[in-house]
Amino acid sequence: MFGLTPDDWTAVALSLRIASVATVVSLPFGIAIAYVLARKRFWGKSLLDAVIYLPLVLPPVVTGYLLLITLGRRAPVGAFLADHFGIVLSFRWTGAVVSCGVMAFPLMVRAIRLSIEAIDRRLEEAGMTLGADPFWTFVTITLPLTLPGIIAGMMLAFARALGEFGATITFVSNIPGETQTISAAIYTLTQVPGGDVAALHLVIVAVAISFAALFASEWLARRAAARLHGE
Amino acid sequence: MESDVLSCEVHKTLGAFKLDIGFEADGVTALFGPSGSGKTSLINMIGGLMTPDAGRIALDGDVLFDAARGVNVKPWKRRIGTVFQEGRLFPHLSVQHNLDYGRWMSGLPADAKAFAHTVELLDIGRLVGRRPGRLSGGERQRIAIGRALLMKPRLLLLDEPLASLDTARKAEILPYLERLRDDAGVPMIYVSHDPGEVARIATHVVRLEAGRVVAAGGVDVLPSI
Repeated sequence: MFGLTPDDWTAVALSLRIASVATVVSLPFGIAIAYVLARKRFWGKSLLDAVIYLPLVLPPVVTGYLLLITLGRRAPVGAFLADHFGIVLSFRWTGAVVSCGVMAFPLMVRAIRLSIEAIDRRLEEAGMTLGADPFWTFVTITLPLTLPGIIAGMMLAFARALGEFGATITFVSNIPGETQTISAAIYTLTQVPGGDVAALHLVIVAVAISFAALFASEWLARRAAARLHGE
Repeated sequence: MESDVLSCEVHKTLGAFKLDIGFEADGVTALFGPSGSGKTSLINMIGGLMTPDAGRIALDGDVLFDAARGVNVKPWKRRIGTVFQEGRLFPHLSVQHNLDYGRWMSGLPADAKAFAHTVELLDIGRLVGRRPGRLSGGERQRIAIGRALLMKPRLLLLDEPLASLDTARKAEILPYLERLRDDAGVPMIYVSHDPGEVARIATHVVRLEAGRVVAAGGVDVLPSI
């Protein structure tokens, strides 16, 4: 189909899997960090803010390198994870999930944070007068009202994860069937003479996936917004 | 010592504004005064959304706040229903779920009789299936009153519930408030700067000016209209 080879399909499937898992796994952390940044005042807040946004401004290769020297098989954190939990990230697709998640995280946090900051806090106060403690206020009022931001944040993170190249190839290399995503596969194809035609097929698939994700999130966001405006 | 339902003595400094207020309330007590007299701050302190610097608040002999003893009951444990000026209905929930919210959060069992009674009292039966975004201002306030009533509050705070409505809508809501007073059996604090409104609703009046009580008594302490 579409003139794709089985190897190409493997890369497409792997990209979708890595981007989806990275988005879903980082979501709870994204919501928690966005909430803390939007609502809490504490010492070191600007530092946390800066660290979260760092992958956005650092060259992706630098982020990948930093992941390699912390989470690599012989690196301190990586060795600890491998020895105690049997978790190995380097040169595995799970490592690509980590690098994509890290690269996408600032975009996700930013979208959710803006949404939380836009919430009318008087609604939360009304919930409290009706007997809702802070936990239930968050679950029944804050979280549903943040939904448009959560959808936008997931969409941005997914797109960013799908397009991730530099950090991923630096951290987990470019192994077909394990860490070779669409981007890495396109890069590999363009490195061989006459590979650009084969690369074009993958490019078309990448464009199609991005369009589909964009439309899906637009549709979801519109539905969520309509519900939130009480209609 | 506390025959009244609510006994309240609070002190609070908010920037340049100083609030020193003491009053007792039962039945329907109006807090009457111009804007900036401290009415909303006072309501927020009774409801627990704002913490006084000093003082004591007790409801039915149950101490909600006592600065000297370090008591400050959280708003969600006070069981004080509040109707806000702008309604503050939850836009993401249906009218039905807005009405049920207080019961759920306060852990009360379903009470079909109370629900039917409240719906009838406020004449909101045909609104229950709708969503808040599709309601008029007057309808929204009636739902907000119903929502506060259905949590079975020990006290109902109404913070200028008519202020955001035009004259025609006010006239539409006032009869419901009178029914509420005569029928619901819940003590109420009614905040307003409109003497006509207060004269119709309240049994007791506390007049506030610039963060102080300037008069308290029956409706006779209202300025002549």
